[in-house]
Formats: sequence, structure tokens, C-alpha cells
Amino acid sequence: MSKAGFDGPPKGGFSFDLCKRNEMLVQKGLRAPSFLKTGTTIVGLVFQDGVILGADTRATEGPIVADKNCEKIHYIAPNIYCCGAGTAADTEAVTDMVSSQLTLHRYHTGRDSRVVTALTLLKSHLFSYQGHVSAALVLGGVDVTGPHLHTIYPHGSTDTLPYATMGSGSLAAMAIFESKYKEGLTKDEGIKLVAEAICSGIFNDLGSGSNVDICVLTKGNKEYLRNYSSPNPRTYISERGYEFSKKTEVLLTKITPLKDLVEVVEAGDAMEE
Amino acid sequence: MDPVSGDLNSPHSMGTTIIGVTYNGGVVLGADSRTSTGMYVANRASDKITQLTDNVYVCRSGSAADSQIVSDYVRYFLHQHTIQLGQPATVKVAANLVRLLSYNNKNMLQTGLIIGGWDKYEGGKIYGIPLGGTLLEQPFAIGGSGSTYLYGFFDQAWKEGMTQDEAEKLVVKAVSLAIARDGASGGVVRTVTINSEGVTRKFFPGDTLPLWHEELEPHNSLLDILSMSTSSPVPMDS
Repeated sequence: MSKAGFDGPPKGGFSFDLCKRNEMLVQKGLRAPSFLKTGTTIVGLVFQDGVILGADTRATEGPIVADKNCEKIHYIAPNIYCCGAGTAADTEAVTDMVSSQLTLHRYHTGRDSRVVTALTLLKSHLFSYQGHVSAALVLGGVDVTGPHLHTIYPHGSTDTLPYATMGSGSLAAMAIFESKYKEGLTKDEGIKLVAEAICSGIFNDLGSGSNVDICVLTKGNKEYLRNYSSPNPRTYISERGYEFSKKTEVLLTKITPLKDLVEVVEAGDAMEE
Repeated sequence: MDPVSGDLNSPHSMGTTIIGVTYNGGVVLGADSRTSTGMYVANRASDKITQLTDNVYVCRSGSAADSQIVSDYVRYFLHQHTIQLGQPATVKVAANLVRLLSYNNKNMLQTGLIIGGWDKYEGGKIYGIPLGGTLLEQPFAIGGSGSTYLYGFFDQAWKEGMTQDEAEKLVVKAVSLAIARDGASGGVVRTVTINSEGVTRKFFPGDTLPLWHEELEPHNSLLDILSMSTSSPVPMDS
């Protein structure tokens, strides 16, 4: 760039000087660093009066466990949650984006969100990126039309199922569902089956591990059971404990969470034909 | 990359058998129910016969994402069209909308569709729209990976002016033949019959389908076969 024929002020815009170099490095066998992927087991099932979602808590970066207790069940709306597998950044970004769009939609309409709305927003975003946003999702929720469970693939295709699994551990988890799922499970039976499917992923899939997270969604109610079970506890903790240097700051501020939803009161008469 | 996700991240495609057949008075659409990602069956009971309007349905094959987006758009356009027109859309209009999207975006899409339906002007009609986005009006159409096994069968078995019962039997027989030979097709057989009376959906579970050359009876467990074969020979007297 510096050997340009004149000494004018530098031009604006992007510089693509390094593209040639990167191309050469790749040709010589350099592998670009990969993204943080959640080699994952995520599942969901429809039971008697709602939907149960489940996930393991391992995040990997290639062969390295990057986080031993991450959260893979994301908030979409008070009545809708979504498990994410694939690139961690993408699942987090796409669920946050849809969740914020739905919040605005709720304020606009004064009604609870529907699962199909979330499904359409997610699939149209993923389709428009042609699979480059690598998010594989299990979307579950209970709305005015009943309980719903969907799977969404990175390319934007969707399925509607009574029980679903996703991620690298999906085969192990599906084996459990295929042999034990039946219609009209009770809540306790459902939670037990979801935990068993996740454990099957944790123990048999290298990409999945650590703990089980569960989220139970019923009509007008949700129960987020973070670390519902911990089948891999730490076996050794130093007797001396851990010492922190004098300069370590302790967080004393109290964090007050915001209210879940502003109450919208319906006023006026219904529209007539 | 972890052991299996390489396979699972491949685009979600429907190695498929889809069929549309006209008969004396309407049309019958048929499809298998397998959706696969690479070597994994992602959904063994999917519904590839999608509703566009009250009287028009479409059979989808190829990339699941692409065929869903095309049929979602066409359903939306037809809904609008029905309201503006004040009467049901014709099958031809539906097929033409699918063609428009398939042809204009041929470089982006990897999907073949069969449109079937009934309207008061032309009666039962089947339109095939293969990969490039050309529109073919056909007496019968077959599509998907399983269709390669069926060309000869249809040339032999399809007859002008069949009854509804004959057409339904033909479709179920054809899909089950393709399921038997095509690894990418499987599961159950779904059919949709459309005529002046309306729409009837039918569902044929995998264990009720006819068996073909060298196929085995369905069993819940391999142990059942083992115990059967050991018990059937009469014990020899010593």
C-alpha cells in the first residue's frame, strides 16, 4: 500500500491487503482458530400439561472444555424458552434478538407471545443467513393455543414434534426418548425422562458433560431448574481452602431484577363486524 | 470438530418419495415421512404434504429449509389473492406462484415440488416444478430420490380415468415400493385426496404397508425373530 505512486492523504475504506497473505497461510496448512461451540445435548418433550426442556452444561472449544457450567436454556418470553446448540455466540445472539422483538410485539399488542411467532422469527433469520449463523434450536412453550415444541436447524428448516433432541448428543438422547416416551406423561415422569436423556448425552457423547438444566413450562407457569442434577461433582476440594490476595474486591452491590412484564389492561369494546 | 456434528450440521434435506396422481374427479398426493441430515434420520414422521389453501396442497422434496420457505411464501400470497379475488384460488395460480419463486431464485434454491388440487374451472390438476423452476402440467408426477425407482412402474400402472380408490391404492403401493428400495425414503405413507367434496388425509403406518421382494415382517425386537426360529424346528427324538 505504501508504494502507491503518489503521496496524497491516505484513502478511506477497507483494506484487503491481508487477504492474499491469509490465503497463502491457509494454503500452507494454517488452520484458523475455531469459534466456541457448544458440543451439546439439548432435548424437549410435550407432557400432560405443558413442555419440558433440558440441556447439559458443557461448552467446548475444539477439544477443550471452555465452561463446565454454562446455561443453554435461553429465555425467549415469560411463556417460551429455547435450548441452543452450535456456536455459542450465535445461539445467544439469535435468541436475545428474537426475545427483544417479542417483548416489543407484546407491548404493541397487549397479548402474550405465541410459540409460532418465535418460530417464524427464528427461522426467517436463520434462513436469510443460509446456515452461516450456526444455531440449532429446540423451542418450547405454552401459549393460548396450547403446548408447542419445535426444532429449528441452522439452515432455517423447522419440525414440529412431541419429543425432540439436538446437538452432538442428540443420538444418545433420542435413543432414550424412542424407547421410553409415551403420550400423557405426568410432570414428574417427564422431568425424569428428560434428565435421563440429557444424562445419556453427558455420559456417552464427548461433546456433552457436567450438569443437567431443566425448564418446565405449563399454562401460566414456568419452573427453571438450574442444575437440576449434578452427576459429575468435584471429588477433591483442598482442605486449606482458597486464599485470595488482599486486593481482591468483593461485590457488595445488591442487584434488583426488573419486573417480569408491565401489566397491560385491555380497555374499550371488542371490535365488531 | 466433534465426532458426529459434522454430519449433523450438513443441510437438512429430504431424501424423499413424493407422488401426485390425477384420477376421475380429483387428485391424490402421496409422500413418505423421512427427513435426514447426512446419515441421521432427523424426523421419522414428518409431513411433506403441506397445505397452501383449502383446495391446494404441495408435496415438498429437496432441502427442507428451501421447500418450507417457498411454500410459506406461496401460502401467504395465495391467502392475499383469495381475499382480493373473493373466491378460492385455482391450482394453476398456486403452481404459477411456486414456479415464479423457484425460477427467479433458481441459484439459491434446491427444491422440487409437486402441486396438486381441485378447482371448479379445471377440476383436479397436478403440476410438477422440478429443480430449474419449469412448470409442467402432468396427469401424474413423481419426485424426490425415490422417484427413480418408480418411472417404469408408473408407465405400466397409471391408467386414464381411475377411480378414487384405485388412485389411492396406486399411490400407497408406489410409495411403499420406493421406501423398500430407496434408503433416503422411509417411515410412514401419508396421502391427501382432493376433489369437489373436499380434502381427506390418510395415514398408513410402516408396519401396515405391503411387503415386497425379500422384505422381512416388522418386529418389535430382534429377540422375537431369534426365539421364533429356534422354537419352530421340531425337536428331534433321540
